[in-house]
Amino acid sequence: MLVVDILTGGVRGGTAIMFAALGETLAERAGVVNLGTEGCMLVGALGGYAVAAETGNPWLGLLAGALAGAALGLVHAVAVVWRRADQFATGLTLMFLGLGLTSLFGAAYVGKAAPGFDPVPLPLLGDIPIAGEILFRHDPVTYLTFVVAPLLWFTLNRTKAGLLVRAAGERADVLHVHGHSADLVRTAAVTAGAALAGLGGAQLSTAYAHAWFEGMTAGRGFIAVALVIFAAWRPLWVMAGSYLFGAALAVAPALQARGHALNQFALDALPFVITLVFLAVLGRRTLRAAPEELRRVFAR
Amino acid sequence: MRKIIAGAALAALATACSANTGGTAASSSGGTSVPGKGSAAVGFIFVGPKDDYGYNQAAYQGSQAVAKAFPQLKVLTAENVPEDDNAARVMNSMIAKGAKIVFATSYGHLDAALKVAAEHPDVVVVQQGNLITGTTPRNAGTFFGTVYEPVYLAGIAAGKATKTGKLGYVYAFPISQTIDNIDAFELGAQSVNPSVRTFAVSTSSWCDPAKQAEAAANLLEQGVDVITQHQDCTATVVKATEAAGKMTVGYHADASSIAPKGWLTGSEWNWGPLYSDIVRTALDGGFTGSKYNGNFRVGYKTGDNPFVQSAYGPAVGAETRSLIEAAKEKLKTGSPFAGPVRDQEGKVRVPDGTIPDYETIEKIDYFVQGVVGSLPKS
Repeated sequence: MLVVDILTGGVRGGTAIMFAALGETLAERAGVVNLGTEGCMLVGALGGYAVAAETGNPWLGLLAGALAGAALGLVHAVAVVWRRADQFATGLTLMFLGLGLTSLFGAAYVGKAAPGFDPVPLPLLGDIPIAGEILFRHDPVTYLTFVVAPLLWFTLNRTKAGLLVRAAGERADVLHVHGHSADLVRTAAVTAGAALAGLGGAQLSTAYAHAWFEGMTAGRGFIAVALVIFAAWRPLWVMAGSYLFGAALAVAPALQARGHALNQFALDALPFVITLVFLAVLGRRTLRAAPEELRRVFAR
Repeated sequence: MRKIIAGAALAALATACSANTGGTAASSSGGTSVPGKGSAAVGFIFVGPKDDYGYNQAAYQGSQAVAKAFPQLKVLTAENVPEDDNAARVMNSMIAKGAKIVFATSYGHLDAALKVAAEHPDVVVVQQGNLITGTTPRNAGTFFGTVYEPVYLAGIAAGKATKTGKLGYVYAFPISQTIDNIDAFELGAQSVNPSVRTFAVSTSSWCDPAKQAEAAANLLEQGVDVITQHQDCTATVVKATEAAGKMTVGYHADASSIAPKGWLTGSEWNWGPLYSDIVRTALDGGFTGSKYNGNFRVGYKTGDNPFVQSAYGPAVGAETRSLIEAAKEKLKTGSPFAGPVRDQEGKVRVPDGTIPDYETIEKIDYFVQGVVGSLPKS
């Protein structure tokens, strides 16, 4: 059934975006925007693929992808948190840095074979009609998001660490009064968030596409940043939003594979049109949900 | 004083450059009006990386075959050359280094190639895969092999192998080369399995692995059991098909190592001999007026096709092999598009008994009956 297939495609293709958007949620809840998310995904995609190819172990690849993303995220954190550099300019530079580094070092891995993650239908759950097909017949890394998204929600809202992150994002001076360093909390949040973006990139290369190619994230990192805004910085909304975008990306191939005549170029633009429409419709209203410290960054 | 230093530096630079291109300076005085004659170097530009296991790798290997065949020539190569004015810039820099023969190997390099040819009447510029319309400059040409012929043969293997009667084709853009391939694949499959259909999905990119993954997944979900493609990078689709336990027809490269169970056959290149012959013709000063000074096409009918059929996989039985051999014999006098050929609406486009020439085939802008999918209207 077409709708089921598009939704299945949404989960399949939305997972990489979700990792990145969850990571960006974490960073922004601490008061830092990372426009370099796209770059973090790219180094994660290459790092993951390269290490999987060299070691023969895709799980090590995932780990490497997360570490590569974290390393690039740490650069962002040092620049904007410790050196007080402009968040947007630094983020964009980071994106180009990621693109350049991965084009340079990735050439050797274009077309190279590497082990990856194949779909593993979950027992029982995978047999549920419709829902099982949509959610439970994917690769193991996709299942990981089923845990990571709620875990991030729990951490942010129910743990001390989450409280520190939220405090860094809402009222940094309060943190200071209580003897904590907002800079340290933000550095940790940005780095961990970038690690998630790297994980998303690694999912893209080792589980979704089973290949590395320069620029293969194709804007997913930017979609993730936009998504965080209209998911109002809430992990579970981010989860739903990622599937929406995944589905938007899946519409074109799903319709074409079934012989429906629609303009493919218009369909290819769909995810970006959706982003623009959401942002335009929500407008400044989105800012109301923004962490206080972040609003200062946005509404200068 | 500063001016003098600058002048000296320029002079030194000029000397260095001419030393670099020593051979050319001498030979160009021999006969500037004969394009390509006595060139000291040959330039090749590629739209992608030279190791993409696909289109660009095949072209790169062709350039290395030229290097081997002409040890006296310097072979200049440039990867990742975009299909815009940058291509002209790169070609010009190769010409500055002494190349009087330049190969622009991507379909979209044609405009830049013609521009360079107009600026440098003493340089032979040949373009791979596109078609010059209107008058051909005396120092330019296009060349290609009839890749749709081995694709047609691979279609026979697919038509015999499919159990569901549904084949899948993942392609980049609806350019004539690709349309020919998709049509020929379906026609080949139909020749042994009349009710078979080919579902065509475009990714709008020569290499976007994520889009390829989604395209392959959707084809597989709706029952397609043989997938082929026209993409520059091919691993994603092949791996997805193999992981689903379905069958693969390759393109560009032999991917049987990543599809050991499902590999049927495919089409690959062997550009070396053709490239070398073009270089030889140009070096001898005989380019203008030769068969390469136009839209040169070669296939089973006219000679050695630079496209060769890949080795068979285990799933292709003796009966299929002999069907393909017989079809290959027929192609020496016929064509995959021998009439009657009907389009998707059932209208006869090639009348019964007609064998269209290469140029007519390259202008086909419709899917044949049996292809499911639509071409974007422009």
